[in-house]
Amino acid sequence: MIYEVPSRIKYTSGYGFCPGCGHGIAVRLIGEALQELAVEEKTIAVVDVACCYLAFDNWQYDSIMAAHGRPVATAVGVKRVRKDATVFAYLGDGAAYSIGIAETLHSAVRNENITVITVNNGVFGMTGGQMAPTTLDGQVTSSTPGGRDPARAGHPIHVEDLMGKLDIAYLARGALNSVPNIRRAKQYIKKAFMKQQQGLGYSYVELLSPCPTNWGMEPLEALEHIGGEVLKVYPAGEFIDREG
Amino acid sequence: MEEILMKGNEALAEAAIRAGCNFYVGYPITPQNEILEYMCWRMEQSGGEFIQSESELAAVNILLGAAAAGARGMISSSGPGFSLFQEGISYLVAGDIPAVIVDVARYGSGIGEISQGQSDYGLVTRGNGHGDSHLIVLTPAGVQETADLTALAFDLAEKYRHPVIILSDAAIGQMMEPVSLPEPRKLGIDRFDWTVKGCKDGGKPRLITNLFYYMDDYDSFLRGKYRAMRENEQRWESFRTEDAELVIVAYGISSRIAREAVRDARAAGLKLGMIRLITAFPFPEKAFAALPESCRALLTVEMSAIGQLADDVRLADRCRREVGSVCTGIRVPEKEEICAAARAMLAGCEKGVAK
Ligand SMILES: Cc1ncc(C[n+]2csc(CCOP(=O)(O)OP(=O)(O)O)c2C)c(N)n1
Ligand code: SF4
Repeated sequence: MIYEVPSRIKYTSGYGFCPGCGHGIAVRLIGEALQELAVEEKTIAVVDVACCYLAFDNWQYDSIMAAHGRPVATAVGVKRVRKDATVFAYLGDGAAYSIGIAETLHSAVRNENITVITVNNGVFGMTGGQMAPTTLDGQVTSSTPGGRDPARAGHPIHVEDLMGKLDIAYLARGALNSVPNIRRAKQYIKKAFMKQQQGLGYSYVELLSPCPTNWGMEPLEALEHIGGEVLKVYPAGEFIDREG
Repeated sequence: MEEILMKGNEALAEAAIRAGCNFYVGYPITPQNEILEYMCWRMEQSGGEFIQSESELAAVNILLGAAAAGARGMISSSGPGFSLFQEGISYLVAGDIPAVIVDVARYGSGIGEISQGQSDYGLVTRGNGHGDSHLIVLTPAGVQETADLTALAFDLAEKYRHPVIILSDAAIGQMMEPVSLPEPRKLGIDRFDWTVKGCKDGGKPRLITNLFYYMDDYDSFLRGKYRAMRENEQRWESFRTEDAELVIVAYGISSRIAREAVRDARAAGLKLGMIRLITAFPFPEKAFAALPESCRALLTVEMSAIGQLADDVRLADRCRREVGSVCTGIRVPEKEEICAAARAMLAGCEKGVAK
């Protein structure tokens, strides 16, 4: 079997994700899924300003940079106008569950026919690794130097608790830490796009993703951390899978 | 054209639809609810898209996506909600995206009051989010003008690829007057190549983002855009200014009272005139350059506490004349107090125009 880079992914020189960053894997998986579904000519990407934005020049789709936390809202506007397009929002966990939680949830409540892919690396990557709503209890970040204290900052947010009972098309969590998990994550992404194609409504995939830079870990260590710690708090799998 | 009786807000909504507006998203707030409630059925009937969003913050960012995808989009709100539009307005400017944004102004800071006010003047002319944002601001003073300027707003937005603001107020929005509406237009979503629609194999992807990432001299581009607006889009009405000793400057609701004040004063032998803004940005500087030598003083009439319009008047007049303000705050001005203020000002500047 030969693995080729999807034709709609162009590698940039001079800038990009940090070594070992999970965003790079996510970008690639999305590119593969869209290529396999042969929808690239009608794909529109809506990308958050955070680390996600580094993918802006990689993907060769018509694309919009949305304000921090608003890619889901902006994707809704695009899709309502272009119903035949394959529209997805690409954002981080800070965007999806902190500043943009209203947009994330209300688009789901309305079951907007878009795909949302959230990269959950447990921190605010772009701004230097501060606590996110997904930061684990006790996790050290640049704004929780003594570890996240649940008494002051609460516990990590789980998207399946927030959306699990909503009438949406698809909800899944994948992990970008091992080959089998990455392959499974790709199937989730592909399925999410297929739900949109079938007009079933909101499809949402969260991807557990390493941020070695802000976790203060080597790339391999970060992957082990996901396998050992993160997946215990954030189980992977499909939570909603509505059939047509 | 046939005239019908309509509320300002409903005329605005209907004029927008007829001008080809095919996308509306909003969140309820008084005194502009009629726009949202009109759009919720009328937009569907005309084949466009309507969304009641979770907030104004969502609304403006949804609008951005719709406009970037080729829709003629509009959002509307009032003071507190208009504040939440600021984020998206800044991104619309940064990305060169046309859209129409309506503020049916209420009064004051905070939750303020739902009655008419003009204290958003600074926000719409100097605010508009972070960065170097200026937006064309249209200021209708009646229902017919609301309909006319609404249609114009969409054309100007696309002409400059820039958001345009309509600054109405609770009185103009709620009053009923006869209006003849623009001829209906149907516009597709593929009118512009730059809008996102899907990139063909081998094509160059369309990227809607901060323009300056991909442009060599963005600052000159932006300055050029504003210069073109200043040259081409100043709009105003000069009313009895030709021989006026004092010229009132007003817009929207207060300009209607000011017009009565001019008539009354002239009947009593006092030569007043009025410059009525139709655009607050670009500010109608040309109207001030054309003022006669007889004019010794300028008087703004504004429903704000501090006289926000007066600053622009001083600049446009290059500080040649004394500028006073009748600031009535939450109260609609009375023509008698305008006349009295004009008389007092003229008595105080007998010496004539400062040069
Ligand atoms: C309104 C606003 N507030 C704050 C920021 C600064 N900011 C940029 S990215 C970011 C957080 C990024 O975290 P996340 O969304 O999890 O994405 P990541 O970078 O980790 O992929 C913040 C706070 C901003 N751009 N806009
Ligand atoms: S800071 Fe973290 S999320 Fe951002 S590019 Fe680097 S590793 Fe990736």
